[in-house]
Amino acid sequence: MAKKTKVLTPELVPLQKAPTGIRGLDEITGGGLPKGRTTIVCGGPGCGKTMVGLEFLVRGALEFGEPGVLLAFEETPEEMAINVASLGFNLRDLANHKKLFLDYISVEPTEIAETGAYDLEGLFIRLQDAVDRVGAKRVLLDTVEALFSGFSNAGILRAEFRRLFRWLKDRELTTIVTAERGEVTLTREGLEEYVSDCVILLDHRINEQISARRMRIVKYRGTKHGADEYPFLIDEQGISILPVTGLQLQHKASNERVPSGVPDLDEMLEGKGYFRGSSVLLSGTAGSGKTTLAAAFADATCRRGKRCLFIDFEESSNQVARNMQSVGINLEQWSEKGLLVHEAWRPTQYGIETHLLRIHKLIEKVKPESVILDPITNLINSSSHKEVHSMLIRLMDYLKGAQITALFVSLTGGGEVLEKTAEGISSLADTWILLRDVELNGERNRCLYVLKSRGMAHSNQLREFLLTKQGIQLIPAYLGTEGVLTGSSRLAQEAKEKAGIRLRQQEAERKRQELETKRLALKAQIASLQAELHAAEREAKEVSREEQERVDELKRGRDDIAKRRGALSGNVSELQANQSEDVS
Amino acid sequence: MKAKAKAQKTKSSKVVDLRLYIAGQTPKSLAAISNLKRICAEHVGSRFRIEVIDLSKNPGLARDHQILAIPTLVRSLPVPIRKIIGDLSNTEQVVIGLDIRPHESEKER
Repeated sequence: MAKKTKVLTPELVPLQKAPTGIRGLDEITGGGLPKGRTTIVCGGPGCGKTMVGLEFLVRGALEFGEPGVLLAFEETPEEMAINVASLGFNLRDLANHKKLFLDYISVEPTEIAETGAYDLEGLFIRLQDAVDRVGAKRVLLDTVEALFSGFSNAGILRAEFRRLFRWLKDRELTTIVTAERGEVTLTREGLEEYVSDCVILLDHRINEQISARRMRIVKYRGTKHGADEYPFLIDEQGISILPVTGLQLQHKASNERVPSGVPDLDEMLEGKGYFRGSSVLLSGTAGSGKTTLAAAFADATCRRGKRCLFIDFEESSNQVARNMQSVGINLEQWSEKGLLVHEAWRPTQYGIETHLLRIHKLIEKVKPESVILDPITNLINSSSHKEVHSMLIRLMDYLKGAQITALFVSLTGGGEVLEKTAEGISSLADTWILLRDVELNGERNRCLYVLKSRGMAHSNQLREFLLTKQGIQLIPAYLGTEGVLTGSSRLAQEAKEKAGIRLRQQEAERKRQELETKRLALKAQIASLQAELHAAEREAKEVSREEQERVDELKRGRDDIAKRRGALSGNVSELQANQSEDVS
Repeated sequence: MKAKAKAQKTKSSKVVDLRLYIAGQTPKSLAAISNLKRICAEHVGSRFRIEVIDLSKNPGLARDHQILAIPTLVRSLPVPIRKIIGDLSNTEQVVIGLDIRPHESEKER
């Protein structure tokens, strides 16, 4: 019984996938193409169908140990080898190493006459032979529809196609079939009827003279996949589909801090600066000091011995270096040491995808700790808002994933709302620093404030932003009864307050002196009174002494008289003696 | 018929070299072989050579000779090379395709 149920419910194995190795494609397909099945890659002429297929074969052979077979119907292997040599693929070498087998199938309608029933067994024999020779796991048929031009009996062809795809599936060959895009159907010959596991549509369009390639997964049976149109590029490293990184929000958040390059600004950000790997948006009107603040950040990064990538869409690196000298930031020394990579190109030079890809490549090459884009606003010139927005989101994602601190400089046009960026990325930025001009009393002054900074208790103060020869200084703007004052108004107000303070100080000093004088006067008075007292005491003593002398004198006089009279008895003399003793 | 074929043969002293590609003993292959033999006997006379190549035994030849459809008949001589695919059931088409019927005989007919 148990055995029976086991048979009835076989273990469900999720769809196996064969990674393509094409940058970005494995991310949007969730691991690659359906393993052992056939995928149709369709699109108009020149949209890169063959490239996708070839890269799938080459990467399979080189990176995933899966040899491949290429059946070419339109180009000879020699032509193809030359075509892809510029991408760094050496087809001949791969063929020599038995990692790839190339076969060219010539379909020339003029040579062939048809009579009676036939099939395409020859094709199967060739394919089987090729697969056996290298032990192929992957097959590219480029472009099988060419067969339709070689054979007139469509009924036979369709039956044979059906047999071919079944044949490939039975042998578990992961296959890419390229096909021309049809006007009504996805492919001109309706191949998608036979192959319905995975269909990828390529598109190449020109928008305002700038070319853009797009890829869309129309269908992928049995798995979830990205359904959008993804831009892609073909360059010397093959195909890159954006996003190069994943689509999920799964960045690791770092607690590490990186200084902003302006000590006063660091102080506003809890005294530590930005979070590492965060996105910093620096927006402001023209001439508000955005580039300088960005340069200060670059300087600070390099000063710590880390690499910084400065991508400029406005000025040449030379010009920036010169300008920054005037505010005491020497960027040249870092360029010479190789810590600062300053790349400048025009935003109109490429389409938006190429921009993104160039940035990606530079990041991969330089491996910077921080990246500066100055200004992202200019990118809008090269593409639509929506595209720029999505590009920036992807770039931010990528940078966050790589733990690279990014500084985006955004220009706010005249008359626009300050708390808004043209690119609409303000909500994505972790820290938003706003620079603005304050016009008052016939002068313009720069102000800076931290509009938001996720994950930290940042200052809510509006600071005056000063560009001095020693660098950037942020000083608290005057905030008092007179309102917010900056520049000379602030200086005047401060001078006024200083004068007031001095006045009060003088007043206090005067009072103090007055009191001192008074104290001294009183002291003198006390001294004189004391002297008077002493004099009085002395006098009193003198008086009593004189009085005694007088008493003595009187007594002596009386005694003399008594002696002289002689009438003085002995008793009297004794008494007198006693008396004199008492007195003395 | 035979006389005509002989006349053609004497006029053009060319040898007709034919190769028939098949894959195993399938009904289509067998039909092609017998059809070819019949047509040659009827229209080319004795100055022809037929080589039957079984690709299932020698798959590499399919690539070397650019064979896709089975069966394929190739006239390698006289030049230019001509290819006919199918079981050769339509004699008329084969004869035209191989260009083995002399125009004179066509007129005489």
